[in-house]
Amino acid sequence: MFAFCTDPSTLPQWQWFACYLTTGTHFAFYRSFFMVMLLLAITAPIALGMGLLGAMAVRSRIWPVSWLGKGYVNIVRGVPDIVFFMFVPIALGQGIEWVFHHINCPDWDQPIRQGNDFIVCREAKVPAPNAPAWVRSTYAFSMAVIAYALVFGAFAANTLYGAMQAVPRAQVETAEAYGMTSGQVFRRIIMPQMWVYALPGLSNIWQILIKATPLLFLLGIQDAVYWARELGGQKTSLYTYPHPDWRVWYFLVLLSFYLFLTWGSERIFARINTRLSRGQATAAGERLRKAAA
Amino acid sequence: MRSCAESLNAYILRALGRDWGERLLPRGLDITLCDQVVLIASGLIWTVYFAALAIFIGFFLAVAVAVAKSSENPWLSRPAATFVFVFRGSPLFIQFFFFYSAFVLLPRAGIDIPLGFVTLTVQTSALTTAQVGGLIVLVLNTTAYSAELFAGALRSIPKGDLEAADAYGLSGFTKFRRVVFPSMLRLAWPSYTNEAIFLTHSTTLVFLSAFPARQQSGEAFYYARYFVDQTFNPFIGYPLVAAYFILLTLAIVGLFGLANRHLNRHLPQAHRPRVRFRPQYIR
Repeated sequence: MFAFCTDPSTLPQWQWFACYLTTGTHFAFYRSFFMVMLLLAITAPIALGMGLLGAMAVRSRIWPVSWLGKGYVNIVRGVPDIVFFMFVPIALGQGIEWVFHHINCPDWDQPIRQGNDFIVCREAKVPAPNAPAWVRSTYAFSMAVIAYALVFGAFAANTLYGAMQAVPRAQVETAEAYGMTSGQVFRRIIMPQMWVYALPGLSNIWQILIKATPLLFLLGIQDAVYWARELGGQKTSLYTYPHPDWRVWYFLVLLSFYLFLTWGSERIFARINTRLSRGQATAAGERLRKAAA
Repeated sequence: MRSCAESLNAYILRALGRDWGERLLPRGLDITLCDQVVLIASGLIWTVYFAALAIFIGFFLAVAVAVAKSSENPWLSRPAATFVFVFRGSPLFIQFFFFYSAFVLLPRAGIDIPLGFVTLTVQTSALTTAQVGGLIVLVLNTTAYSAELFAGALRSIPKGDLEAADAYGLSGFTKFRRVVFPSMLRLAWPSYTNEAIFLTHSTTLVFLSAFPARQQSGEAFYYARYFVDQTFNPFIGYPLVAAYFILLTLAIVGLFGLANRHLNRHLPQAHRPRVRFRPQYIR
């Protein structure tokens, strides 16, 4: 990075650290923090969408849909999430390959599961065997996103369902008395008002989602945990930058990063809550009205 | 191929170490369904060990931290609040890594603390094992989460109860033991039940993080993962471990429900808060 970095072993302390902290692998470490943010930014809207669909399914008057919604919410919430994080990417990956196998190689006569192997024809491999590295990592990342969205969608569905039920009944009845259809009631009355009831639950889920992101490491993705272990481990004098076991400092950085993230989002949610409470028929809304008057 | 009885014999206590059954775990094509059922069940030994001990020790610490957190003395409340913030605000997974890498830095021979007349040697080598070090992290974590629940309950103790205690001339520790503590426990119990469930589920992270599974003795999810890695078939091991955890969860709900009935026995029937299973797994 810097011009004086050619021979680190002769450098004074501060220059040594300046060089050490700007190596290529360290930049990969810094980038992995953005990957955490990226995962959060992609997963949160998808999970919210899944949650909205799930909650609407649970409320549905058509019983197969409502059963499907209830089944989804309860199964995902009743089983440890980590099982889902490990299960979904493998199961989904094998499922996709299985489907492609049947489409692309209909005349393949051997069974797919041979003993402990899962064998599909070459054309059915996803990602393709000769795919570039970025395709592979994007594929692994999207599998992780799907697993997170599935689990957190179920959490969100439960919260949103509760919030929809919490909208004052009288308002719904008034809307019905004006002759609105149930779709109109949902769009005009329930949807705009449910958020204030959903927010405490959603903020909770968001905090849990933040704290679930290091589990990416278990899916074999080179995230912050991976780099902290790699960079922090003891380096002998064979390396350009030899140092003893510094993992504890790297994990301290990670710990502080997550503390900052949860602390920051708590403050942001408090603000959104104040904003949403304005003009609402709740205690918080009443307090805002009195303060303004 | 082994019969089911042979698997049961070979692996039901295997989680305790290689002297408690077959030395080697079943591998590759040798794995039968019974092996998976039995070995994952044997992993439950450690799941229950971690969960039960962490909940038990954490309970007492959490009461202390909650009282400190709601104290008016800033020298008590500030450190307690910081402790709760740090352990609730960061992922348990990172906490495991952090504490493990801190524990390995301690000298293996133990730390000598000279007390003048006698030198105390603190054993540190056990801290790098999951059974001790991992348990410590779990205890600290559940202490923080439960302390937050208990502190919330302390804030919502009915004012009348406290005034009645004052009127009876109770004060200090007697007031705490007779009035404050039982009310706090009663109010916090439903959420505390959920906390116990989350903690049980998060024991799956112990062996997934830095702590080594010596002699391949791990908890249930460790074995489920082992089988999935061996057979490349996620449709047996993971559903099995999920089923075991659902059973454990039901057992916790049952046990804590009994305690809840005991705590609320003085209240009229209709007012008893029911324990509701509201899971929220990741920490």
